[in-house]
Amino acid sequence: MSNSRATSGTGQEFRLASGGLIDRSQSIGFSFDGKRHNGHQGDTLASALLANGVRLVGRSFKYHRPRGILTAGSEEPNALVELRDGARREPNSRATTTELHDGLKARSQNRFPSLAFDVMGINDVLSPFLAAGFYYKTFMWPAAFWEKLYEPVIRRAAGLGSLSGKPDPDSYEKATLHCDLLVIGAGPAGLMAALVAARSGARVVIADEDFLPGGRLNSERMEVGSLNASDWAAKISGELALMANVRLLTRTTVFGVYDGGSYAALERVGDHLAQPVQHQPRQRLWRIIARRSILCGGAIERPIAFGDNDRPGVMLAGAVRSYLNRHAVLSGKAVTVFTNNDDGWRTAGDILALGGKVEAVIDPRSAEDVSHLRAMVGDVPVFSRSRITGASGSKGISSVSVLNANGREIRLETDCLAVSGGWNPAVNLTCHMRGKPVWNDRIAAFVPGNDIPAGMRVAGAAAGTLSTHGALVQGSEMAAAACAELGFKVSKSLVPDAEDAPVSIQPLWHVAESKSRAWLDFQNDVTVKDVKLSHQEGFKSVEHLKRYTTLGMATDQGKTANVSAIAIMAEIAGQSIAQTGTTIYRPPYTPVAIAALAGRMTGRDFKPFRLPPSHDWAKEQGAVFVEAGMWLRAQWYPRKREKTWRQSVDREVLATRRSVGVCDVSTLGKIDIKGRDAGKFLDRVYSNVMSSLPVGKVRYGLMLREDGFVMDDGTVARLGENHFVITTTTANAGLVMQHVDFCKQVHWPQLDVHMVSVTDNFAQFSVAGPNSRAVLRKLVDAAHDISNEAFGYMACGRITVCGGVPARLFRISFSGELAYEIAVQAQYGDALIRALMEAGREFDITPYGVEALNVMRIEKGHLTGAELHGRTTAGDIGLGKMVSAKKDCIGKVMAQRPGLTAKDRPVLAGFRTTKPEDSLSAGAHFVRMGKEATTDNDEGYMTSVCFSPSLGQHIGLGFIVDGDTRHGEKVRAVDMVRGRDVEVEICSPHFVDPQGERLRV
Amino acid sequence: MRIPCPHCGERDHAEFVYRGDATVVRPDPDAPGAARAFHEFVHLRTNPAGLHKEHWYHEGGCRAWIVVERNTVTHEVMGAVTAEAFALSGGLSGRKANA
Repeated sequence: MSNSRATSGTGQEFRLASGGLIDRSQSIGFSFDGKRHNGHQGDTLASALLANGVRLVGRSFKYHRPRGILTAGSEEPNALVELRDGARREPNSRATTTELHDGLKARSQNRFPSLAFDVMGINDVLSPFLAAGFYYKTFMWPAAFWEKLYEPVIRRAAGLGSLSGKPDPDSYEKATLHCDLLVIGAGPAGLMAALVAARSGARVVIADEDFLPGGRLNSERMEVGSLNASDWAAKISGELALMANVRLLTRTTVFGVYDGGSYAALERVGDHLAQPVQHQPRQRLWRIIARRSILCGGAIERPIAFGDNDRPGVMLAGAVRSYLNRHAVLSGKAVTVFTNNDDGWRTAGDILALGGKVEAVIDPRSAEDVSHLRAMVGDVPVFSRSRITGASGSKGISSVSVLNANGREIRLETDCLAVSGGWNPAVNLTCHMRGKPVWNDRIAAFVPGNDIPAGMRVAGAAAGTLSTHGALVQGSEMAAAACAELGFKVSKSLVPDAEDAPVSIQPLWHVAESKSRAWLDFQNDVTVKDVKLSHQEGFKSVEHLKRYTTLGMATDQGKTANVSAIAIMAEIAGQSIAQTGTTIYRPPYTPVAIAALAGRMTGRDFKPFRLPPSHDWAKEQGAVFVEAGMWLRAQWYPRKREKTWRQSVDREVLATRRSVGVCDVSTLGKIDIKGRDAGKFLDRVYSNVMSSLPVGKVRYGLMLREDGFVMDDGTVARLGENHFVITTTTANAGLVMQHVDFCKQVHWPQLDVHMVSVTDNFAQFSVAGPNSRAVLRKLVDAAHDISNEAFGYMACGRITVCGGVPARLFRISFSGELAYEIAVQAQYGDALIRALMEAGREFDITPYGVEALNVMRIEKGHLTGAELHGRTTAGDIGLGKMVSAKKDCIGKVMAQRPGLTAKDRPVLAGFRTTKPEDSLSAGAHFVRMGKEATTDNDEGYMTSVCFSPSLGQHIGLGFIVDGDTRHGEKVRAVDMVRGRDVEVEICSPHFVDPQGERLRV
Repeated sequence: MRIPCPHCGERDHAEFVYRGDATVVRPDPDAPGAARAFHEFVHLRTNPAGLHKEHWYHEGGCRAWIVVERNTVTHEVMGAVTAEAFALSGGLSGRKANA
């Protein structure tokens, strides 16, 4: 043996003494199922487990079959483990892509009580009853059993690891990158492409899922130019990393392709560490905007299905090479190779070259077809025209059965079987925009079709170019073409010499002579027999096959299974593979944690509050807050000895009506509108006339949607001949801005009018109550006369307060009292509320929250979103006269539709309880006294209710047929949901001061 | 999807609000048959598979309503103009927006 194994001291009995891309000077301790092992820097969990002779790593999803490591990459279906502890526990991590770090704790999944002895293994014995479609057939009836019985039991039996149940302690972030060229994959094609493009001056992003750039170059014993392949990869990636116009992203998977040259990529910033570096995210989700891209994602080797081919120790030939050449690990003491193509023979050659033992090479091709390969394996027995029919050994194979050219079955002792059924180009990303791959007979695989995403090119193995030199050339050519399209000057670059062997393959998808089950999808336990069953039961299309058998629906998305299953379906159906076609490939290429998609938008950051200018002050007062749309608003201000919210709210209402109250109304939408045609424009967006509004006056305005229903209401203040400020309801602020922009820009672009949202620019307070003027008088600078004569009801104007601070004053009232709204620049909001409270102290000024605001507006019969809910017309709310007959406006024509003007529409009315002990509920429906509470007898519904401290009873607003002419009539308010049936009297919606006298004093 | 805002340049579609068909023009409310014309304007839309002109609102940017020509099958965006320019130039219908 030229390369003796490592000493037993490290416990890594399958590790070679030298070679590989690992740092033997650094020993890394880790544990698997509680047992301590050692590995090295440069190991994955899988390579370290193999180095320590651990071959059984998990149980399969459905039958709990023992499984080992199949691959050396992200396509791994078997080796899914649970990593870490506590809140960082993460199930379903692929051991093959998990970088080893000191103290890493990994556990196997799907086993109870232990990996070696798993009671659910009984499922495997029961497998004749658990074939494809079993769940569909068995658990159909009775339906109620599904949720209560079947699903919980199946879920426990067929789990895929378990979550910690604790909040994720790490942070995740999202970022955007722009580039001229995105190179996906840093193997020979990708490195060459990036180099050519970078030298042309293009901005290049090159991303690879591995932590080490190079792709297969790190796994093969070959030369590129005059260097070892892995040294060449290190040299080129080193050069790229130093270039200012290149961003080299390792540990980064480009997992999705989207419209307009958008790509999604996941960078695992801290997954390889015990915990992320402080102030760094664990993962970063990149949105990459690329003018061009080159997919150099390589190819994925596929197994050949034969009896019990899922046993631990059966591995892909390329993976065995990866562990050998990159990690210096022998996957077995006596390896057998089963291959239908030349590439598989490299595995045998490499093992022999590094001093390992190869038991035999089995190839279904003729002796003549493999004669050129024999020199690679010296005196190792070669079985041509042969195939493997079965493997024995439950927790790791000990022998395989070979059906030789003479039809005789021979048993070979072996502890590792390296299988190669050929390579499937990783076409996934070329199909994310519904592109369809096409079948290529020469390499017996699907390759990208002509309908790949716009701006994308494909090079190297992903394009079906399976030789190293071919990949280098194609990478260079594709980069040159992409750069030329973008106007970059590409200088001729020399492509280094490299291996350029032609592909020689004889397709073999499964060994028909196998006696036991032959496995295709290892993760979802789908066998060749299941594919046959699917066909037999009529599920013949690949989309049906997938859903019937669950083929390719596990976390690996069938990367090692799908093409073989399609080929077998084609064989059974007697049609070509091209005719059979593939299922649709969708993002993500590999699993992406929800946390990464959420990024920083977790918890409160998912929906941040907007805070009104008086928030800090309100907090000091001990206000209770409520979420109102996007805002956090003071709901009420409890005082000592107040035990219920009603006590606080009643006090606030009565104090305001008796003396003066103050409320932050900054949340209302405010739009500043200027221009010579501003009045004309407002006439068109409001149902009533605004152009006639005098300067210095405010008018209530009603906005309709084009379909004739009420959209929003608010006030229009004319501050100058060509200057208006309009308000919207809090909830509709954004929508109305969008609407008026649409009206101006799309309908009437020739009008001279300009508008901007100033909602956030002004702090605005309502000062309401008989003493409101007296309070304001103390703050408004003396130059401004705000007496009733000089500044009457519905007046507005610019003033200054507190010695020169610019402000706007509006004499408008939502509460029904003498009231003002005063606005200052937002940054003065906090100072103004404090000044108002100070000035109002002698009047016992009372801050009130949105509850008291609501009570007062119901008492006054003013409307909010509860009434303007999108199904009410101006007529319904008693404002039919506000739709001016003299002019056009949005919604006017369609408001005249018969259904919207019908006499039997429920219209706005007030409602009061007839018994003092009764309370009301919004949503109750009105039924005539003595009538049954049925849909046929439904006359309308309650929209807003409150206890009115001013009246001492519960009152409400609602809509009822002929509500304007039935005042005094008693009806039932029936709330089926809450089980209430209350007698109410219909009345005017204006409970307080119906003549509006208080407003005008 | 990337949308070329005439003011802001090419931006991510997440900055925009989609509205729909930009080929419909608000009818003359005083013309005969206005009721029917408005019904069609508000409720009826063609739904072409292929090139289509659509209104998008750059709410997360310059607040311009723009007319984007897009292939509804491939999502390829052919170009965009402001709705104002589109309307003032006569838009699709060849008819100038009513003053």
